[in-house]
Amino acid sequence: MNSFVDQLLVLVFLMNFIVLGTSRINIAIKVVAMQGMALGLVPALLHQFTLHLGLISAGMIAVKGFIIPWLLGRAIQSVGIKREDQPFLGYVPIMLIGAVATAFAFSFAEQLPLAPQHKGLLFVPAAIATLMTGCLMLVSRKKAISQVTGYLIMENGIFIFGLLLTEAMPVMVEAGALLDLLVGIFVMGIIINQISKEFSSIDTSRLTTLKE
Amino acid sequence: MISLLIFIPVLGAVAAWLLRDNGQRPLILPVIATLHLIITLMLLVTTPPAALNGWILLDPLGKLVLLGVSILFLCLAVYSIGYLAYRKERSNRVLCMGLLLCLGAMSLVCVAQHLGLLWVAIETTTLTMAPLVYFNRNARSIEATWKYMMICSVGIALALLGLYFLAYATVVARLEPTLLLQPLVASAKALSPAWLNGAFIFLLVGFGTKIGLAPLHTWKPDAYGEAPGLVGALLAGGLVNCGFLGSCRIYQICSAAGSAGFCNAALMALGIISMIFAAVFVLKQADFKRLLAYSSVEHVGFMVIGLGFGKGAIYGTLFHLFNNGLTKGVLFLTAANIHRSYNSKRAENVRGVIDRLPWSGWLFMASLFAITGSPPFAPFLSEFMILENIFTGGSISLGFVIITLFAVIFIGMASTILPILTGRAGADNQDSGYRDGLLTVGPPVAMLILMTILGFWIPEPLRQILADATRLLTAAGGAP
Repeated sequence: MNSFVDQLLVLVFLMNFIVLGTSRINIAIKVVAMQGMALGLVPALLHQFTLHLGLISAGMIAVKGFIIPWLLGRAIQSVGIKREDQPFLGYVPIMLIGAVATAFAFSFAEQLPLAPQHKGLLFVPAAIATLMTGCLMLVSRKKAISQVTGYLIMENGIFIFGLLLTEAMPVMVEAGALLDLLVGIFVMGIIINQISKEFSSIDTSRLTTLKE
Repeated sequence: MISLLIFIPVLGAVAAWLLRDNGQRPLILPVIATLHLIITLMLLVTTPPAALNGWILLDPLGKLVLLGVSILFLCLAVYSIGYLAYRKERSNRVLCMGLLLCLGAMSLVCVAQHLGLLWVAIETTTLTMAPLVYFNRNARSIEATWKYMMICSVGIALALLGLYFLAYATVVARLEPTLLLQPLVASAKALSPAWLNGAFIFLLVGFGTKIGLAPLHTWKPDAYGEAPGLVGALLAGGLVNCGFLGSCRIYQICSAAGSAGFCNAALMALGIISMIFAAVFVLKQADFKRLLAYSSVEHVGFMVIGLGFGKGAIYGTLFHLFNNGLTKGVLFLTAANIHRSYNSKRAENVRGVIDRLPWSGWLFMASLFAITGSPPFAPFLSEFMILENIFTGGSISLGFVIITLFAVIFIGMASTILPILTGRAGADNQDSGYRDGLLTVGPPVAMLILMTILGFWIPEPLRQILADATRLLTAAGGAP
């Protein structure tokens, strides 16, 4: 079973690069959704099936795999944006930085004082690499919707670290965190819509009225 | 009983959603707020034992924040009736619902002893405020809302990572993994120090974003400047206190673990940076609502220094947390009145406030002196307590730096605010026809009176809560 989990995590690494390298926003949204679903499967695969883990998996897959992409898809449809035209940083440099960050994640994870049962697993490097991918998306993209996908990737990275602790986190807290994420994305979708109405664009680089 | 603190505001939000009449809907707010304050006071008198496996408990720190939030919210609720009477053209359904849901979430922050639950509640307060910042529905407020939403969401996500690190510190130490405060404090010494420090840093960054510590404060002037005054008051006096409570929780664990040295250095560094940022930006700020945001950055910085200095300064810090929240309430509400009357919040467009709006003018003047630490108001007393401890604790240079920054900020705020209060309004100053009324002036007057009384005399029950809360944050009392 564990080798399947490892394959899923390798898939998560690859998805990070797909998102960093694509200019098509709907592909980025779909890939982030698949990443969320892949991670949602892990708790159910990792341990013996319990109601607790089943609920977390089902909730993750429903929210990250279906509801959030649907919300974001609706948002890009209403603002009529298909591509991230001019990111702050080009696609090739950002992928190179992503590669360096991934390598760094592996070497950094080795030095962390992990519990013996977690040494050498892919979870921690995957968490760090995904978190950094999210940060890269947040700082390198101009379109509000791409920044939201960056935030989602970051959240996925944090969730991977949480997989080491599924037994410590009560289901109510997991559910609350997921619900907050969902409401947050819903609110962000509405704001994106309003930004496009006010500024006839969702380039956040135009949001400069309030600069000091 | 404690559950009522959360369910009554949520029921109020449902009622606000169902009620169709825009004029009657705001009346729900003071009703719920009064009930909330009554329940809060009853809970302060007889505190129930821990409930739900220890997840829910009103401890002295929670009591302090809850009391401040409840008083502030009642004042805001009364004010909102007066305010919304001027905004009849706009539906206030989302505003009323957001305020009430936020009150419920803030109450949950105060009573949560499980750090995961605390995190969920703090994240909820962030979300409920987003539509409220956007109440004015223009380009400026959408920009402010976007920044607020993105920066705070990312910050809170990092705080979640910090919580995972904290739970992982128990795994590495081969303890039962948990995020309950009591067991964590009890076993703090056994926790893996590396992961505990990592957790502290991420939680400090996360909650620091939420309370607006520099350099994570960039959303703050925008959100405080563009949100309606009562929303700004709730952000600066309610959400800041909740975020600070979150920081206190992790500090409780760190100080019980004996790793306070590392944490204190981090807290004091961020605190000093915040005060310096505030001093620099206050000096050239011509927008008086943004000015208040920088004042808020200054005060959270000062409180974080107090927390980091520890020992005797903690009592003053907690007292200052209470005072800062209510004084910010007075400042934001009166600033909103002035903004309403002149249709502008730029200092160059506003003259002669005392002449046109005597109540708001004098209140703004008094609260300016209160927040910058002049006697006889309570913030003076709490600032004095902290500074006295810093000086007697041997950090004379730190004390002088803080006093210098206070002086710079006072000059910066006074040089912007005093000219708009004095003189006479000229022909080039707009007049919306707004004049002070009982509902828009009464609440800030009430809060200022409270701040004046506390400047002379701290009632015994409050003194007791402050002393108990201080004991929770100092190592000796932290570990049983």
